[in-house]
Amino acid sequence: MSAAPAYSEDKGGSAGPGEPEYGHDPASGGIFSSDYKRHDDLKEMLDTNKDSLKLEAMKRIVAMIARGKNASDLFPAVVKNVACKNIEDPNQLIRASALRVLSSIRVPIIVPIMMLAIKEAASDMSPYVRKTAAHAIPKLYSLDSDQKDQLIEVIEKLLADKTTLVAGSVVMAFEEVCPERIDLIHKNYRKLCNLLIDVEEWGQVVIISMLTRYARTQFLSPTQNESLLEENAEKAFYGSEEDEAKGAGSEETAAAALPARKPYVMDPDHRLLLRNTKPLLQSRSAAVVMAVAQLYFHLAPKAEVGVIAKALVRLLRSHSEVQYVVLQNVATMSIKRRGMFEPYLKSFYIRSTDPTQIKILKLEVLTNLANETNIPTVLREFQTYIRSMDKDFVAATIQAIGRCATNIGRVRDTCLNGLVQLLSNRDELVVAESVVVIKKLLQMQPAQHGEIIKHLAKLTDNIQVPMARASILWLIGEYCEHVPRIAPDVLRKMAKSFTAEEDIVKLQVINLAAKLYLTNSKQTKLLTQYVLSLAKYDQNYDIRDRARFTRQLIVPSEQGGALSRHAKKLFLAPKPAPVLESSFKDRDHFQLGSLSHLLNAKATGYQELPDWPEEAPDPSVRNVEVPEWTKCSNREKRKEKEKPFYSDSEGESGPTESADSDPESESESDSKSSSESGSGESSSESDNEDQDEDEEKGRGSESEQSEEDDKRKTKKKVPEGKGEASSSDEGSDSSSSSSESEMTSESEEEQLEPASWRRKTPPSSKSAPATKEISLLDLEDFTPPSVQPVSPPAIVSTSLAADLEGLTLTDSTLVPSLLSPVSGIGRQELLHRVAGEGLAVDYTFSRQPFSGDPHMVSVHIHFSNSSDTPIKGLHVGTPKLPAGISIQEFPEIESLAPGESATAVMGINFCDSTQAANFQLCTQTRQFYVSIQPPVGELMAPVFMSENEFKKEQGKLMGMNEITEKLMLPDTCRSDHIVVQKVTATANLGRVPCGTSDEYRFAGRTLTGGSLVLLTLDARPAGAAQLTVNSEKMVIGTMLVKDVIQALTQ
Amino acid sequence: MIHSLFLINSSGDIFLEKHWKSVVSRSVCDYFFEAQERATEAENVPPVIPTPHHYLLSVYRHKIFFVAVIQTEVPPLFVIEFLHRVVDTFQDYFGVCSEPVIKDNVVVVYEVLEEMLDNGFPLATESNILKELIKPPTILRTVVNTITGSTNVGDQLPTGQLSVVPWRRTGVKYTNNEAYFDVIEEIDAIIDKSGSTITAEIQGVIDSCVKLTGMPDLTLSFMNPRLLDDVSFHPCVRFKRWESERILSFIPPDGNFRLLSYHVSAQNLVAIPVYVKHNISFRDSSSLGRFEITVGPKQTMGKTIEGVTVTSQMPKGVLNMSLTPSQGTHTFDPVTKMLSWDVGKINPQKLPSLKGTMSLQAGASKPDENPTINLQFKIQQLAISGLKVNRLDMYGEKYKPFKGIKYMTKAGKFQVRT
Repeated sequence: MSAAPAYSEDKGGSAGPGEPEYGHDPASGGIFSSDYKRHDDLKEMLDTNKDSLKLEAMKRIVAMIARGKNASDLFPAVVKNVACKNIEDPNQLIRASALRVLSSIRVPIIVPIMMLAIKEAASDMSPYVRKTAAHAIPKLYSLDSDQKDQLIEVIEKLLADKTTLVAGSVVMAFEEVCPERIDLIHKNYRKLCNLLIDVEEWGQVVIISMLTRYARTQFLSPTQNESLLEENAEKAFYGSEEDEAKGAGSEETAAAALPARKPYVMDPDHRLLLRNTKPLLQSRSAAVVMAVAQLYFHLAPKAEVGVIAKALVRLLRSHSEVQYVVLQNVATMSIKRRGMFEPYLKSFYIRSTDPTQIKILKLEVLTNLANETNIPTVLREFQTYIRSMDKDFVAATIQAIGRCATNIGRVRDTCLNGLVQLLSNRDELVVAESVVVIKKLLQMQPAQHGEIIKHLAKLTDNIQVPMARASILWLIGEYCEHVPRIAPDVLRKMAKSFTAEEDIVKLQVINLAAKLYLTNSKQTKLLTQYVLSLAKYDQNYDIRDRARFTRQLIVPSEQGGALSRHAKKLFLAPKPAPVLESSFKDRDHFQLGSLSHLLNAKATGYQELPDWPEEAPDPSVRNVEVPEWTKCSNREKRKEKEKPFYSDSEGESGPTESADSDPESESESDSKSSSESGSGESSSESDNEDQDEDEEKGRGSESEQSEEDDKRKTKKKVPEGKGEASSSDEGSDSSSSSSESEMTSESEEEQLEPASWRRKTPPSSKSAPATKEISLLDLEDFTPPSVQPVSPPAIVSTSLAADLEGLTLTDSTLVPSLLSPVSGIGRQELLHRVAGEGLAVDYTFSRQPFSGDPHMVSVHIHFSNSSDTPIKGLHVGTPKLPAGISIQEFPEIESLAPGESATAVMGINFCDSTQAANFQLCTQTRQFYVSIQPPVGELMAPVFMSENEFKKEQGKLMGMNEITEKLMLPDTCRSDHIVVQKVTATANLGRVPCGTSDEYRFAGRTLTGGSLVLLTLDARPAGAAQLTVNSEKMVIGTMLVKDVIQALTQ
Repeated sequence: MIHSLFLINSSGDIFLEKHWKSVVSRSVCDYFFEAQERATEAENVPPVIPTPHHYLLSVYRHKIFFVAVIQTEVPPLFVIEFLHRVVDTFQDYFGVCSEPVIKDNVVVVYEVLEEMLDNGFPLATESNILKELIKPPTILRTVVNTITGSTNVGDQLPTGQLSVVPWRRTGVKYTNNEAYFDVIEEIDAIIDKSGSTITAEIQGVIDSCVKLTGMPDLTLSFMNPRLLDDVSFHPCVRFKRWESERILSFIPPDGNFRLLSYHVSAQNLVAIPVYVKHNISFRDSSSLGRFEITVGPKQTMGKTIEGVTVTSQMPKGVLNMSLTPSQGTHTFDPVTKMLSWDVGKINPQKLPSLKGTMSLQAGASKPDENPTINLQFKIQQLAISGLKVNRLDMYGEKYKPFKGIKYMTKAGKFQVRT
């Protein structure tokens, strides 16, 4: 290709921006060898109707602009195209590219056009285009910062976006344009927390670090409590009791009065953030793991920070650059939270192949982690390091030993002895470093160590490293009374070599001379004067200054300065021992994982990590508005009189959720409901109790009502076929009914009947139940939520058919027995009578909750004996089950006479998978291997929820958890009831009332895992339809989509 | 965020530069060269270098420095992770990532870099999406492009960007549907002088090569998932499922990818499959030293140890070595003082050994330090932790894929101190 030669031409050229652009860009030759002429092609390409050509043309232009080229002659063509045509192109990718091109043009004239384009793209249908809009915001901001206010509006709008694609990009734009506008985050906080796990990695990093800052401004410190407890435990205890007694409302006043006594209760939103970020510690991206780690370090209570250690240690296996950054952060963390990394001590052991910079960081961490118990192992490890070939590393190790010795008194002597041994090392660097460290150690306990000092004094002949020489001189001077005979001799030698010494050594020689003069002036007077005279004419002014100063101090003159009398005090004052500190101490005032932390200096654009607030700002700001309840106002008022802290949003959604959520998701929904309610009530427990009461009442009324409904229905049915109705009732009540297959056919008819009845009923009777319901509730003052599924305002206002469907459905979900006739699949054969030697076994899924274990699917097994001998002792033999699947056997059937049949119920926990449960069916004489494979639709149980709730849950299950399929509904199943019937026959789901016609919603939970399965069928007039299933269990979702489509299209 | 990128080879030439915002003069790299000089060795160049107006973040891979220039506060790992991703992408596109290859494919390199970042913020980093946007070069395509003057830019619209599973292309088709999983475990260990283990850990990865048609949904379960102490996943793995059932459930990316990496903690005793007997001694008086190493199998679960190589950095005082191996070949580089011995297979009946003398600098005293021995080896068909894949199931597609699982144990950072 032409690229290579073009490259070699440029290789030598420098890249001054002023030079012609041809020269400094190595790629220009390759890609656009005839750029100027090609501009015409680009213009032409932009004008064509072909998507691919347009796309390519624009990509090229972006490439040119990105390399700082002048694309201004293309400007009109681009703007004409882009602004006018492509931004409205039906293809979302073209719209996005157009915006990318437009926003890359760095020409001030187009600011208004760009602004318009961004605004338009921000409300585009396609999330990809909206993402591009978010990317364009910082570009425009850097072009013209005056647009800030308008851009903030766009950011605010995009922050509200619910798709994962947009979230990362818009937070990035937020951080670049208006990081101080923390108020924009409030409303989106919970959504961001919930979306986080599905956002792409880069977005995750940005969002997490932004949320760390946010949390620091909005929540209380989780550690404040601990310190308080330590300080005055009694008071804290007392305070907490008091608060509990007082309840939530008074808490704030109490807090204002006695801020110190307030017990710490973690804000549920704070908890939400910690909970939702934790799984990301498992991310493959080191950046994400680090981001979560710093979030936990800065925000989590002490007890919980530990979880990050394991993940950080894992990163040490990564590339050396990653190790470098991680170790820096671990070093800082290990000072504050030593215990966290102690179990991983061995992971920080150093290998000879590590790069030096990594070795030194690991050493730092090891030193920080050393304590009384592990110091022997650490020291033994250090000993091997000292023998390393990497001398810089050895020096660092000696420093580390010194630090261990100062921190841990028990090993001080051992360390000192070890270091003294090192003094005979052949490597001068090692010796020098040891001297420096020994000097520091000796200062702590000089008296016992005269020998060491003597030994050091001898070293002055050999050691040339200035720092070490200076250290020895200082030591001798300082402790000259311990070595009275050697000190003057050392001074003599030093005086001789004074002129050849390094500056720091010279200073110490003067120092030594002065000290000796003061203690032993007889022997050293002349020497001192000699040294001072030499120093007086030194080239370095520091030394000259020092000499002049010292002379004035120690040598008595006529003027007899007042100071000279105190010379002894000045020079020989006892000096505090130095503290050997880690260079990573207090680095945690920078946000961990940030560039500033790494450099230990504030980088441009660094956002300070704020301190925890004294008092938490109002948490209700994070509440998201939910559409208002139509009639709630007066009721709310009344409610407020009774319970002042009852917030309306809670009334809206909380209780219903907790009512039908199963125990597993309870905690979650609890926190959700309370987080939605917010407004600072911490005694939500008592509130919940109230709600429970209300719920019960509500439920009671509903069931009453549904009974009424039933009666009405049965009455209606009676003339048409009394037998049918009664049999269906029977079938649903006593599940052991033997005529299951008949029942299904009946139920189909049944399904038809109510529908036709529905159509025929006059409107007055339709609205009657709804209005009655509300008035009834008003009278008894029920909480609105319990009524919601029966008559939410949306339903009241929309078409009558939907209205009544909502009602019938509520019935069926509330009274599960009513649902069972809809049991989707008829009998399935388990054992054919030929294979079973006369024993025929069938099974059906009854769709009733299995009494023993709610996680089990209850399966009805029908035995019939067509042989002519009785079959005895029917039971389940040793099942061989795949992992997770378990079986609750049916009680043994003792005997089955010829021609007779029997039914038994067994429960199978399929563990939310469609794997077959294989087991043996044993009679007294034979064993039959059988297997039951559940259709995916049987692995769930219906739940009922309101439309709002449904939408909310669906919002949480986007992205990977959403499966959408298009289908054509055949003419035969376009009516409501057939669709509903077919769906419910395929899957054991509950219908969710729905405001719009042509849209069907169903909800259920998987039996074992309790994950939500939400199914939406959007039928369009011509028969086209779209089926969406949202579920965490994607396998179930995918299979369900298939099954439902099959059921609907056949 | 990321302002510019410079690629610098080992001789200090900037051979490629790319700017996403405005052009930053390449003189900014002078600071980098200074640091490089100070560091003496390439791997000791600090990954983050502050300069008055910029910050330089670099990674060193394949003998190339990838230097990113940033101007404002960015989490350093964010940039480093991205740079590594760039290198991985190049490797994925061109097979190898080296200076000549990058120069040969400079066009594709620019196009890829352009798509990876938008205004300095990562845009498309998933290899599957990138390949949809910009086709990797093949010989045929290069020829066609040169003749017709077209580019590698894909003429299809990249729909992958819009999908809910961004790591997977849509419309994948294969005639042979196959899925291979390699369970590779590496033993990191430090063995002390006397042969006792100071620290040992197992780091494992599951590398996959999945070539399946359509949108398969796979689940992979283990016989003993409790073994895995710390795991990190490819984004395709559903975390909740793992949390609740310890099953890996995922829609795989197309082609090669790392499904998960895990760690088997030190608490479970790690079986060390080899031992090294060594006797390295220097004598004060003579200028000769004795050198002897023997490698033998220890806990190998009946498998043979292959591909054994022993390397050791000898002290500076060693001038030369005269050694005789009982098997394999050895070399000693008198300049770098690096001894390496390619042993090959270990035959338990006849243990390989390397014996001989070292000649030391005359007159100099004996070196203080003893060399460390680094060991490399491979054991096929064995995961040393005992991890076993139970089964692989596929949902969502009708055909029967061909499934294969391979186990291998390797030495990671395996050091024997002497």
